[in-house]
Amino acid sequence: MDSSEKGNLHQVKHVVLVLSGKGGVGKSTITTELALALIHAGKKVGILDVDLCGPSIPRMLRVGKPEVHQCDAGWVPVYADPQQQLAIMSIGFLLEDSDEAVIWRGPKKTALIGQFVSDVAWGELDVLLVDTPPGTSDEHLAVLENLRKHRVDGAVLVTTPQAVSTGDVRREITFCKKTAVKILGIVENMSGFVCPHCSECSNIFSKGGGEELAKLTGSVFLGSVPLDPLLAASLEEGQDFLQAFPDSSTYTAISQIANTLLSSLDA
Amino acid sequence: MADVPSDAPEHCPGTSSDQAGKSSACQGCPNQNICASGAAKAPDPAIEEIRQKLTTVKHKILVLSGKGGVGKSTFSAHLSHALASDDSKEVALLDVDICGPSIPKIMGLEGEQVHQSGSGWSPVYVEDNLAVMSIGFLLSSPDDAVIWRGPKKNGMIKQFLRDVDWGEVDYLIVDTPPGTSDEHLSIVQYLSGAGIDGAVIITTPQVLGSPLLLHFAATITHEKKSSSQQKQFWEVSLQDVRKEIRFCKKVKIPIIGVIENMSGFVCPKCKNTSQIFPPTTGGAQRMCEELNLPLLGSVPLDPRIGRSCDEGKSFLTEVPDSPAAVAYQNIVQKIRDYCSSHTTSDNPV
Repeated sequence: MDSSEKGNLHQVKHVVLVLSGKGGVGKSTITTELALALIHAGKKVGILDVDLCGPSIPRMLRVGKPEVHQCDAGWVPVYADPQQQLAIMSIGFLLEDSDEAVIWRGPKKTALIGQFVSDVAWGELDVLLVDTPPGTSDEHLAVLENLRKHRVDGAVLVTTPQAVSTGDVRREITFCKKTAVKILGIVENMSGFVCPHCSECSNIFSKGGGEELAKLTGSVFLGSVPLDPLLAASLEEGQDFLQAFPDSSTYTAISQIANTLLSSLDA
Repeated sequence: MADVPSDAPEHCPGTSSDQAGKSSACQGCPNQNICASGAAKAPDPAIEEIRQKLTTVKHKILVLSGKGGVGKSTFSAHLSHALASDDSKEVALLDVDICGPSIPKIMGLEGEQVHQSGSGWSPVYVEDNLAVMSIGFLLSSPDDAVIWRGPKKNGMIKQFLRDVDWGEVDYLIVDTPPGTSDEHLSIVQYLSGAGIDGAVIITTPQVLGSPLLLHFAATITHEKKSSSQQKQFWEVSLQDVRKEIRFCKKVKIPIIGVIENMSGFVCPKCKNTSQIFPPTTGGAQRMCEELNLPLLGSVPLDPRIGRSCDEGKSFLTEVPDSPAAVAYQNIVQKIRDYCSSHTTSDNPV
């Protein structure tokens, strides 16, 4: 390994994959929220997005099309805040036309991901969160193979409460076991919706699946995150997400999860 | 396919060459295995075999979505149930989501196995006139993960199309994984002889999936959006569905229309409607107008849908008077109408 390759993840203390067997469970949302909670806990965080085909936070950074620069060590990440507590890099930034990636077969995706994972100059980070596409295929194997040259602390798995979702996440757990990725725990997202009009809680996507899955597979249940219309509403009114988030009920759930995660990483 | 692929190294001998995949220049090329196997050269004979096999299938419909979790499999399952509610019709549901096969669970067929006979694989029957095939049936345990690379997934899809004994079928519904990947390319490739009537694209109103993320992006740019930025923003949020549309156009599949799922939630207690996935960019209605596509319908969220799926029951029979069930039935009728007025030969792929 030459010194520049050694350098890119060398100063990253912890690498955590955010996985799900199922699409649309809110992996990217949870990744963002965890990142913010970790920053509030005083950590320097990076988000690496290797989902070529799916929407995630950095995709939206294409509004304004952030310029991605290279330095000797590789790609320079984009910073979300002036204090540079949150660094973001997405494979989407590297594609001239993101619609181009539409019809790529596995080998081409694998090649791009492999290069991408090793080539971002993160500098010093406490935690690097890796947002992944759903499933267990070429991209996932490519991400693992390339990250593993450095270090992977483990994976957080995201599910929604219903059985159709946990059914897929069980397979993701098998993937982790087969590829020797430590499972740091399970997060249940979209766990109940509190009606903003009358405060009745409805279990739109069923309930209990996350905890059941954790029990079934012998994994740690990190916590549940509800659907939070009040946070959405306050943002709708134009509040700054970075400011509004800590006041939301989502934040309480997420910061507990983040703290548990940090304890297991530092252990 | 171009003779020298865009991702090929220098000195690529060309995919049609005898040296394809075998020359020293091929080392490290992502296409090496494909070329070496000879797959890049000749059209796959399976395409003709599949065309012959599927002459007994009248209509073939793909169900697509740009992102996961929008309700594709839920819709495919219920579309199949609704079409099969007419006893005179034969319906088949093929699940090609190799990594996340949800169809067995949603159709109440978990644990079922596939049988082989002289005429091929027998699909699993939910009703006399509703047959299902999924890789889920080939896995011995619900924990089994299918960790396959592209070529192996493609092989499975070929088998599903060529070796399953579907018999006489009025409608073959194909449920796909999200996005546009190996599975989608394979389905289109292998059905290129047999033809596809059209594709239905499922989306949610907030096509990006989370209002938090939208606003996160907004605050990152630290400024109020001008109208041109708002337009750009809106275009970004369409990327998802636009990707599916682009795929369909590229492989020449007609788009039957778009379905907006999870469109509003009626609180069972106070009956007020909330938008869980707020259509901050005008939702599917606006998108369909802009892209000149039919909006087949909007389906609201009903917690009983998720429950039905978890229990493997048809929501349409369990809660037929739910606004969601009514919406589904209206959409299904539009799809029936589309199929009656189009025959596959009108739309050669």
